[in-house]
Amino acid sequence: MSASSDIASGRLPAATLAENFADIHAPLDRFEARVAAERCLFCYDAPCVKACPTTIDIPLFIRQIASGNPVGSAKTILDQNIMGGMCARVCPTETLCEEACVRNAAEGNPVEIGRLQRFATDTLMQSGKQVFHRAPPTGKSIAVVGGGPAGLACAHRLAKLGHDVTLFEASEKLGGLNEFGIAAYKSTDDFAAREVAFILSIGGIKVETGKRLGRDIALSHLMADYDAVFLGMGLGGTNTLDLGEEPAGVIDAVEYIAQLRQSTDLASLPVGRRVVVIGGGMTAIDIASQIKRLGAEEVTIVYRRGQDRMNASTYEQHLAQTDGVLIRTWGKPVRLHGVGGHLTSVEIEHTREVDGKLVGTGETYTLPCDQLFKAIGQTLLADELEASGIAIKGGRIVVDVNRQTSLAGVWAGGDCVAGGDDLTVSAVADGRDAAMAIHASLKAAASAVA
Amino acid sequence: MADLSTTFAGIKSPNPFWLASAPPTDKAYNVVRAYKEGWGGVVWKTLGEDGPPVVNVSGPRYGAIHSQDRRVYGFNNIELITDRPLAVNLQEIKQVKRDWPDRALVVSLMVPCTEESWKAILPVVEETGCDGIELNFGCPHGMSERGMGSAVGQVPEYVEMVTRWCKQHSRMPVIVKLTPNVSDIRKPAEAAMRGGADAVSLINTINSLMGVDIDTMMPLPSTGGYATHGGYCGAAVKPISLNMVSEIARTPATRNLSISGIGGIETWRDAVEYIALGAGNVQVCTAAMVYGFRVVKEMITGLSDYMDAKCYRSIEDMRGLAVPKMTDWQYLNLDYVAKAKINQDLCIQCGRCHISCEDTSHQAISSEKDGVRHFEVREEDCVGCNLCVLVCPVENCITLESKPEGSIDIRTGYEVKGHRTWLEHPNNPGATNPKPPAGKYVGAQHVEKHADFCSEPAE
Repeated sequence: MSASSDIASGRLPAATLAENFADIHAPLDRFEARVAAERCLFCYDAPCVKACPTTIDIPLFIRQIASGNPVGSAKTILDQNIMGGMCARVCPTETLCEEACVRNAAEGNPVEIGRLQRFATDTLMQSGKQVFHRAPPTGKSIAVVGGGPAGLACAHRLAKLGHDVTLFEASEKLGGLNEFGIAAYKSTDDFAAREVAFILSIGGIKVETGKRLGRDIALSHLMADYDAVFLGMGLGGTNTLDLGEEPAGVIDAVEYIAQLRQSTDLASLPVGRRVVVIGGGMTAIDIASQIKRLGAEEVTIVYRRGQDRMNASTYEQHLAQTDGVLIRTWGKPVRLHGVGGHLTSVEIEHTREVDGKLVGTGETYTLPCDQLFKAIGQTLLADELEASGIAIKGGRIVVDVNRQTSLAGVWAGGDCVAGGDDLTVSAVADGRDAAMAIHASLKAAASAVA
Repeated sequence: MADLSTTFAGIKSPNPFWLASAPPTDKAYNVVRAYKEGWGGVVWKTLGEDGPPVVNVSGPRYGAIHSQDRRVYGFNNIELITDRPLAVNLQEIKQVKRDWPDRALVVSLMVPCTEESWKAILPVVEETGCDGIELNFGCPHGMSERGMGSAVGQVPEYVEMVTRWCKQHSRMPVIVKLTPNVSDIRKPAEAAMRGGADAVSLINTINSLMGVDIDTMMPLPSTGGYATHGGYCGAAVKPISLNMVSEIARTPATRNLSISGIGGIETWRDAVEYIALGAGNVQVCTAAMVYGFRVVKEMITGLSDYMDAKCYRSIEDMRGLAVPKMTDWQYLNLDYVAKAKINQDLCIQCGRCHISCEDTSHQAISSEKDGVRHFEVREEDCVGCNLCVLVCPVENCITLESKPEGSIDIRTGYEVKGHRTWLEHPNNPGATNPKPPAGKYVGAQHVEKHADFCSEPAE
């Protein structure tokens, strides 16, 4: 056990890094797509559609691919889910549409719905065609807060319906977790930014970056200045370990991934020789896999419960394990050790569940590590919201089935609302459905006046 | 082990698999390669009369229909008869027959429809020592425009006349190859028989156009800006050919005629079907053109293993066994009742049975049970049409089950009993001796549905 921490950049040659961060699923070519599409049975009342949070007409879009109409296919997809391209890359299809595919029962192998969706949407985006057109102007303007999947989906749908949208984003770049969060090998070639450009190309969406709710803009002002407000700013904060002062080398996983995603030179990122990740969600998996691919020698995920309880899907867990990540369960960090202010190890206490409650057993073990990533969940930055009187429950905004908040004229969706599943696809559904509800509400108000 | 050898129209062959007259049998090189792989016989690509050889197009001669994964389902060609000099073909035929005496070698012929033309070619062909001739009365493109091929095959009188000339002017067995581009295949078959043919072979190719390139609006295959129809073959034509073979095999006038079955034979199974319907051997072309001559090994082993399993010692043991089971529609038993049944253990819940029945047939498959996705046949509505069986993606998941004698068909309310054909059915105004149902009526559970679609539209 070395006394001092071992953190270095450029652990792997550039060529290896490029390989490690290349597209995790190579796109299907036209012929592969046709053959894959042919496997779809065009089910009646298809189970895959029901399993899709955005209810894309999957059998139809696949049949459109099979018949050589990928652009029409993309339109079918994007009509329901404007981020169909990103969702094709990041959706846990194995627990959504592909899990529901009846081919599983037939031969244990579903139709490759995700890859087919990517084929269609990529074909459309490469063609540069605009398939959406704005309805005649309604004269209404709507403020959308947050430039992530929920906000963008909401803004696009509203713009399509003829409303004028102002999109406020706290950072300097749109895209939200698509741009800053998801693993780099799932969104290569700057796809997140290209998709944002495609979404904005419909027109009618004014973008204001560097505007954070509560810092640069106030909800009360938005409510006064706009006909409606949509909140889709996600979760701006992260949970802490509560282990006192943290030595150097203890890092917020979300921040590190954002840095990685924006990096133009992966060899410049600091990478520990031995790394521990605390958490069991997608972020934990993403940081573990990526730090391993950056050249860390030993990467261990420590999760407080059993592997079956991890929020990360089985597929993601296997992906990390294939990358050489060790997943240790039933353990929680209780002490951080450092030398000279630098992390050298973490003490883990065994845990077990007693009457549904997690308790430490008192037994501990020590994992030497140079870096420790915290991936233990994100939190809503709720201060500004609470002042406005909006109902919040369990750290999330409360919404009804129409994504309307407790405040009249304010809708919300995505990770910041209660009852969600933290998926891009669900955020898109929220944004889209909120836009439809806003549209209906504005129309009803207009006809009441008339 | 089963004996696969055949004697067809007097011609001996170690197995029933012959290559049909077509590009694969154009010259000695191909034919020898085929014999080496095990083909029992070949019909040499059609020879024409002496003189300047025919000219083929040098653009696409073939077209195809593919599945999504590029499997060739249907195939067509606009190639003419051999474009090599007659003397070269004759010399090669003679040499090949000498080198491969145990294999069948039949020569396909097509010359103008005059007795002199046939009188001229027959002796030079006979001189090669070949086993017989096949008269190409089927080729539907190009040569037919010059009064040969299917132009002859479509006129029974010509078929009879030319066949007679060939029997008169040679000692060789004569096989008449029939065109399917006729309304009743029995007519040319009967004509061939009257002319003295030793056998018929069928089918030749079907008039076809493979498609249109919708970017250029060009029909396919096209040659330098124009397209013409070709001859269709491959797996897609098998049902058409099987019917024609069975028609000849079950018609009293032609039932003793030897038949060489042709059309979509890709595996030993296809061959067994042709033999079951009366064919004495089979001819193959498209499968060889797609996969090469080696496919015959699968055909030979498959047929041999099948015959061993079924205890057929020879091809003759099983030939025609399906023929007595073919009849006209009017002789089908209208009192027979079958119902579809879904095996719930095999069902994968795709719902195709339901939607096809609901949209296009008899609304006899439900899609829900106690609020849960579940597909089940409503016997009171099922007419036994077989559509659900066919659209189900899982083999044997849906089966059509015969209703036993004495059980009740709850759709009609009648006891399943008796045997009435259309000729005896009371609904047939022409029935001379109509019979009432043999089964007793116990009342139908079937209720007329969808009355709402027929009612007046609501205000």
